[in-house]
Amino acid sequence: MSPQVTMQLALAAPLLGTVLIVLTGHRPNLRETVTLVTAAVMFLLVASLVPEVMAGGRPEVVFGNMLPGLPIALKLEPLGMTFALIASFLWIVTSIYAIGYMRGHHEQNQTQFYAFFAVALFSAVFVAFSGNLLTLFLAYEILSVSTYPLVTHHRTPEAKRGGRVYLGILLTTSIGFFLFAIVWTWLAAGTLDFTDGGILSGKVSDTVAGVLLALYVFGIGKAAVMPFHRWLPAAMVAPTPVSALLHAVAVVKAGVFSVVKVAVYVFGVDFLHSLAASEWLQYAAAATILLASLVAMTKDNLKARLAYSTVSQLSYIVLGAMLATEISVVGGGMHIAMHAFGKITLFFCAGAILVAAHKTEISQMRGIGRVMPITTFAFLIGSLSIIGLPPFGGMWSKWYLALGALDAGKQAMVAVLMISSLLNIAYLLPIPIRGFFCEPDDNPGHGAGVQEAPWPCVLALSVSAVGCIVLFFFPEPVYNLLAGMFAR
Amino acid sequence: MQFPGLFNYWIAIVLMMAGFYMVMAHGNLIKKIVGLNVFQVSVFVFYISMSKIKGGTAPILEPGFEVYSNPLPSVLILTAIVVGVATTALALALIVRIHDAYGTIEEDEINAQESES
Amino acid sequence: MISVHFPVLLVLVPLIAAPICLLLRPLPGATWAIATAASWFCLYVTVSLLFRVLDSGTISYLLGNWAAPWGIEYRIDLLNAFVLVIIAAIGAVVMPYARASVTREVSPRRIYLFYTMFCLNLAGLLGIAATGDAFNLFVFLEISAFSGYTLISLGRDRRALTATYRYVLMGTVGATFYVIGIGMLYMMTGTLNMMDLAARIPAVAQTRTIHAALAFLTVGVGLKLAMFPLHTWLPNAYTFAPSAVTAFLASTATKVAVYVLIRMYFTVFGGAEIFEMFPVRETLMVLALAGMFAGSFVAIFQENCKRMLAYSSVAQVGYMVLGISFATVTGLAGGMIHLFNHALMKCALFLVMGCIFYRISSVKIADMAGLGKRMPLTMAAFVVAGLSLIGVPATVGFVSKWYLVLAALEKGWWPIAALIVASSLLAVIYIWRVVEVAYFRPVPEGAPEVTEAPLSLLVPTWIMVLASVYFGIDASRTFEVAHAAATLLIGGGK
Repeated sequence: MSPQVTMQLALAAPLLGTVLIVLTGHRPNLRETVTLVTAAVMFLLVASLVPEVMAGGRPEVVFGNMLPGLPIALKLEPLGMTFALIASFLWIVTSIYAIGYMRGHHEQNQTQFYAFFAVALFSAVFVAFSGNLLTLFLAYEILSVSTYPLVTHHRTPEAKRGGRVYLGILLTTSIGFFLFAIVWTWLAAGTLDFTDGGILSGKVSDTVAGVLLALYVFGIGKAAVMPFHRWLPAAMVAPTPVSALLHAVAVVKAGVFSVVKVAVYVFGVDFLHSLAASEWLQYAAAATILLASLVAMTKDNLKARLAYSTVSQLSYIVLGAMLATEISVVGGGMHIAMHAFGKITLFFCAGAILVAAHKTEISQMRGIGRVMPITTFAFLIGSLSIIGLPPFGGMWSKWYLALGALDAGKQAMVAVLMISSLLNIAYLLPIPIRGFFCEPDDNPGHGAGVQEAPWPCVLALSVSAVGCIVLFFFPEPVYNLLAGMFAR
Repeated sequence: MQFPGLFNYWIAIVLMMAGFYMVMAHGNLIKKIVGLNVFQVSVFVFYISMSKIKGGTAPILEPGFEVYSNPLPSVLILTAIVVGVATTALALALIVRIHDAYGTIEEDEINAQESES
Repeated sequence: MISVHFPVLLVLVPLIAAPICLLLRPLPGATWAIATAASWFCLYVTVSLLFRVLDSGTISYLLGNWAAPWGIEYRIDLLNAFVLVIIAAIGAVVMPYARASVTREVSPRRIYLFYTMFCLNLAGLLGIAATGDAFNLFVFLEISAFSGYTLISLGRDRRALTATYRYVLMGTVGATFYVIGIGMLYMMTGTLNMMDLAARIPAVAQTRTIHAALAFLTVGVGLKLAMFPLHTWLPNAYTFAPSAVTAFLASTATKVAVYVLIRMYFTVFGGAEIFEMFPVRETLMVLALAGMFAGSFVAIFQENCKRMLAYSSVAQVGYMVLGISFATVTGLAGGMIHLFNHALMKCALFLVMGCIFYRISSVKIADMAGLGKRMPLTMAAFVVAGLSLIGVPATVGFVSKWYLVLAALEKGWWPIAALIVASSLLAVIYIWRVVEVAYFRPVPEGAPEVTEAPLSLLVPTWIMVLASVYFGIDASRTFEVAHAAATLLIGGGK
């Protein structure tokens, strides 16, 4: 099979899956099998593309023109490859988890849940494969809209409010700024194709380029750079598998992925580096990193704390892109992978605790490690990976980001990364520590009968936790893949 | 051109404004239609005036007549008159039905009833 | 050989169908069949005309073979071929829908009137678009207006009557203004043929009479197209008319008026020069922007969903006028693309309203609680068409927005571009209000059992919805036509 065909099949698989899920909706076991098989098929298809990309191939598929001169096109390059690989792999893990969670938690409308989940994954990989800005924007918006029913899955007033903030901010930023920037780019550059070395260099004045860059970084609201981060905490009303895969991996990473993609293939690293505006945006990213960490410390709700932690971590990647050196961009790309495994583990644990012990607040989780040791241990691993300590994958991305900052001569940014790590320790580690070492509270309703979550949940969170460790020992594939961005 | 030369146009303007004013200012639906008619008639006057040439006759080729008035605007206005009559008929029919439905043809009373419901 | 006469058959067939409908009054089924057949015939004719124009350029048809400029000329160029297809297509989709919907919403005694007036309206609208004679256009304008008044007054709510009355007043004033403008042009040029006018106006362009004519025409047509602040007739008329009527008129009547405005400015007055000579651009642009924001803002606070969509139409007309006011190829093309796109999506939305009314006999937003569950296909259609109104990519709304923003940026007017995207975001608020009620509010206690709308309503609705997705994904066709037409017009239309 040629890579072009494989790419199209990889996109077609989840869509076909959606149809089958809807058709098999009345038979839950069959429906979940379809989900798992779809996820597996998609992952295999995506994975089979890796050798091609590693060898320097850039397979392209061009569909018909959406607007004259502006086709819907796919183009596979290392960054997209990485993102697609992570998203599709973690979809398998999340599907396993979701089976345990959704049944254990007696959720309603499960067919709708699995169907929209598949659509969301389709659009995430569509984002990853997109060959020009227009296609990227198209996929980006499908992702926003298709995740709305997932965020508002519970149909409660809180869900409605959360959904309002979610869609409101995402659509406002994307149509208000992102689309605006795309049209402007099209006008200035005459093309929207992702091109090595960028398309804007020499086409616009530095001022305009600065404005455009700001429009992109803030317009890609999914990257959650402050002050456009509110949608992410709002999205936490969703069922945990959604928070885990979509709001720690697929959706948010689609955002930062777009930022990196714009930085590398629209502006070009060299041009970006020469812009004064990129420095200002570094400060914005740095401020987001620190402020979001501080906010995270004040949150007692576990998912809210994790959400703010995600906001903070996403800006690492934005920072990496804005530093605009090859190492920092690769570091940012690696962080997409590392953070994905770490954060999804944490969310899995949060969901498992909710299902098994019905607890959402951190203050209630004292002693939880005694009844749910595997979950709490996985939480510890995830935390350490996010913090960036060896032997966990998170270390490598921080390492390269710091190297990139030094390379760019921005020592202050290295300091930001270090302070942020300290803050991570402060808001993440207390949870497993208290879980293991504190005496459980003696409040009624606790203790009796609490045990580990259903086995699919435990299996899933173990897999992702192991992933954090594996990535520490074998970061080279990811690094080599991403370094291919600058190979030519 | 001095004032009398534009006399017809002045009349047209006066009628137009008077009619327009009636449409806007009167609360009675019938009176509004009267205003609308006056307004339309002013346009007829305007068209007929422009085609009229002093001493001109209808464009029938007869020896002894050299100056003809342009017949086209008159013909156009025949159409416009038909349209005007149709408008009036339609509006009156509507007013009858409004009267059936609301029991009044005063605009403020109708508005009051509508804002209640 | 009959295809030579297509330009006039287009008008004649529905015009003759109308009295036949009247004669077949006791047989509502037959009237429906005739009106449907007429609308489908028109669709076939317009499409074949469009292709012929694309192939071999402008078609000129002399009525009764009297040579222009004395006789009446029907002149089909790309612009009106494009508009003709829109009108006929909307008519052809609404007609099958109308049967069930009208039975529910119009009193049985008047059903034959609906079909009669629909045929007349179709004839009038197609005539406006087809004719090349300025006064003939007035006649068709009034044919379509009168039949439109009657159609709107068919609504069962008594407020339909007062709404119609208001529309009659404003519509007549608008049409009369148009006649005054044409009269002034005739005074200065002695012709009514549009091409002939275009050739003769430059010589007298600097006279006050021509300026006054321009002003009268703008206001007159502005009333017809519901340009802010001349839109006050529109919300009530659209709200209380039967749904099939609203769906048809909302996507054709105002669009045709936009066409007339384009035709007057760019063909008769020769295009871009008047924008330099006169503060036409500033006037139009300010009114368009005011309409975009005022319409959307007012829409947000409506309790009645049809009324909300009606105000949204006022805003959307603003986009078209804005596109015209740029007076550049991209701007004009953007305005025309939006004309097409808005016809698709607004038609779809009003058809959805008809489906909802068919089942729950109300279109109040509050009454739609829980409809997402009870009428999933209908509400899904609403969501997709609503997303299009917002301008999400892969829908037609996105394409319009793209070109309007592009046109603004091309001119370097980025604040205008920013206003365009800002106002489109207001659509998110009013569309989502409905979505939240339909999907999040539980079905009220004791509400009657409601099922999905019948297929005869759903199929036309979904045809429009899918069309608004299809032309959003593959917009190059529409763009080519609109762009070529705009190029022709900016070049003076000669």
